[in-house]
Amino acid sequence: MHSILAVDDSASMRQMVTFTLKSAGFAVVEAEDGEQAFAKAQAQNFDLVLTDQNMPRLDGIGLTRKLREHPAFKSTPILILTTESSESMKQAGRAAGATGWLVKPFDPAKLVEVIRKVVR
Amino acid sequence: MADTHLDSPKADAGIDLTQFYQVFFEEAGENLDRLEQLLLAIDLVTADDEVLNSIFRCAHSVKGGAATFGFGDVAQLTHQMETLLDKLRRHELEPTAAMVDVLLQAGDALRAQLLRHQGGGAAPACDTEDLQSALRSLADGQPAPASARPAQPATPQAVASPVPAAAPARAPGNEARGLELRVGPLEQPEQAESLADLFKEIADLGSFEPLDGGQDADGVRRFKVVTTSSDADLLELFSFHVAPDKLSLMPLGPGYGFHEGAPGAPESTEAEPEFGFFEGAPGAPGAASVASAASAPVAAAAGEAGGVAPVTPQRSAAAKPSAAAADASTLRVSVEKVDQLINLVGELVITQAMLAQTSSKLDAAVFQQMAAGLADLQRNTRDLQESVMSIRMIPMSVVFNRFPRMLRDLAAKLAKKVEFVTQGDSTELDKGLVEKITDPLTHLVRNSCDHGIELPAERLARGKSETGTITLAASHQGGSIVIEVRDDGKGLSRRKLLDKAREKGIDAPETLSDSEVWSLIFAPGFSTAEVVTDVSGRGVGMDVVKRNITGLGGTVEIESCEGFGMSVKVRLPLTLAIMDSMSVGIARETYILPLSSVVQSFSQSEQQMMTIGGSQGQVVRVRDEYLPVIDLEQVFEVPRNGALAPPSILVVVESGGMRMALRVDELLGQQQVVVKNLEANYCKVDFVSGATILGDGRVALILDVDSLVRRSRH
Repeated sequence: MHSILAVDDSASMRQMVTFTLKSAGFAVVEAEDGEQAFAKAQAQNFDLVLTDQNMPRLDGIGLTRKLREHPAFKSTPILILTTESSESMKQAGRAAGATGWLVKPFDPAKLVEVIRKVVR
Repeated sequence: MADTHLDSPKADAGIDLTQFYQVFFEEAGENLDRLEQLLLAIDLVTADDEVLNSIFRCAHSVKGGAATFGFGDVAQLTHQMETLLDKLRRHELEPTAAMVDVLLQAGDALRAQLLRHQGGGAAPACDTEDLQSALRSLADGQPAPASARPAQPATPQAVASPVPAAAPARAPGNEARGLELRVGPLEQPEQAESLADLFKEIADLGSFEPLDGGQDADGVRRFKVVTTSSDADLLELFSFHVAPDKLSLMPLGPGYGFHEGAPGAPESTEAEPEFGFFEGAPGAPGAASVASAASAPVAAAAGEAGGVAPVTPQRSAAAKPSAAAADASTLRVSVEKVDQLINLVGELVITQAMLAQTSSKLDAAVFQQMAAGLADLQRNTRDLQESVMSIRMIPMSVVFNRFPRMLRDLAAKLAKKVEFVTQGDSTELDKGLVEKITDPLTHLVRNSCDHGIELPAERLARGKSETGTITLAASHQGGSIVIEVRDDGKGLSRRKLLDKAREKGIDAPETLSDSEVWSLIFAPGFSTAEVVTDVSGRGVGMDVVKRNITGLGGTVEIESCEGFGMSVKVRLPLTLAIMDSMSVGIARETYILPLSSVVQSFSQSEQQMMTIGGSQGQVVRVRDEYLPVIDLEQVFEVPRNGALAPPSILVVVESGGMRMALRVDELLGQQQVVVKNLEANYCKVDFVSGATILGDGRVALILDVDSLVRRSRH
């Protein structure tokens, strides 16, 4: 079973993402911000990291940058969720080493579809 | 909840989003509370990045959730707030008092919108158009229109309003972008076509074409819009034809993409053209790629400058430690479940007491092990009880947090300057009590601001600082919690109170002690304000405050010093569910007295007794004071079955500063009892506040000392 690290500071979003991904047959570990996600990533490997962008303490792009420095996450797909679909945000994500982006709001179905493109 | 379902991205994956609504509502509420706290605490001159970012994040979070779960109106308003807040955190604009005002109003409107969705959308929709345009003009660097009135329920939507002649102003630097517009569900899906006419009539607006081949799905139509106008401007324009809550805009196309060559990205062979790969990506569609390439360095620079929130691992030292933010690993449980647990533990406590009582008759030498086991059981039961009760405890900050906003508005209205200070925010109190104490406290704080704190000029004339201080302090004292509302205003005037009391026909001799004079303000219909204001009500307040607090088993004390301020101390039991008590016996019945109201007890001697007013009233002399005596045997008509009354014992009890003596047969002991509501399970009984189950399984009534004292005075 593929494991996904889902990072979002919003409890309702976390709950929705986790429920959706678990229903789609993934194992999900939640984190509430970048710092917590990074700590969890030290303890366990994941097949994909799905992170919100705007979070307290450490944001999605900061988390991506940090994860990419970690040998175990050199090639793990990292998707950034953002309400800002602006070009600058995408570029910043790319520069940090993110694999792709997904605009909020999204369908649960769309989330699964996108994730299945990179994890199978 | 029709309108909340329409744009909720549901169904395909079989995920029902409604299951997440409750969590979203709670979370949004917390975010709005935090937003308000931050806005109230913000220092306009020295506002630091961390504060501005936190404020932004509150609105941003609400917006994200609202958009995901399909609350279009909430998303729309938060979007406008976010636009303004984004400029503030990027320092493109400096925060002003007007912005804080409008943002606070927007917060209120969001609460109303959320409440409406929570109630299934039955209430009329809130019209936030004025607020949104105020936010827009503030974000554009202009002052808010003077008439930025608070959100009001919308009047029925006019369908055929005149079409504005010009396209909404093109935001500078905006490039044309594609959007998906969802309209509906509408009773007449054709209505959506009228939007297409807008694009024909207004040049420069952009293009508009159906995405669904002209067929609605369950009354919802989908269109592709290519435009340079902002989402908000479009929605505003569309709302002339279709009710705004039937409209939602979302990004067109896949709404996601992969960075070519990034770790884990799908191989380029399976790339779909509409993803929009980036500059330099091999095989990316030409035109899009060039456009991106040209704007990329600028955009990236902008991103570096402020688009990416700076990583701030430390909260500023000045920020108050917030209980809400403190512990991340919390669990949300419904109050019902906790209450059920508390009930069960209550039963366990009773069973344990029963066992303890039964075993006390056994020979300890023979049943040594059982006695040890029972002692363990007693200890564990007590620990369990304390742990379970602590679940219901919530910090006083929950109550305190509502006051800064209220005082800010109130002080502004009264043209007073008030600083609000809280102490002991983390003091914990039972949730049930917190809910019930909020209103009385609100009244006391309002009173302090309205009647206590003087106008700035008056304060200066008295040699005080211009700004008054209202302090709200909570602390644990023994088995109770004490909440004090203190101000450095003008205090109570003994003279005025006495005059006023006599005017109202209350017997108020000059010999009254200060504290007795102060408690005159609790008399029904008594108000010290010379003019009735809409702030502190019409003098119905203080007696109700007092009654509510007494109803919670609490007391109120006033201290005052004329010219220097006053303090009202509210003392409450820690919890409503368990009470320290004294049990007394009358004939074969057992009654429970709250230990907090017991002053002393002594054997009755005939010398002390006196009869007044014929043969009915008896008084007893205790320490040079004559107290009325109530014979509980008569009050409750306890049958003696011929048994002779034993020599009586008198228990002096106090309530509301008044004392009296209760005549009982014997004192049985002191213990903690689990309070059970009698009204909920049976009916209201005079002079009884509740019931409990004794160790031997019998039910005992808990006496309502307050009503007994009042009876004794009649």
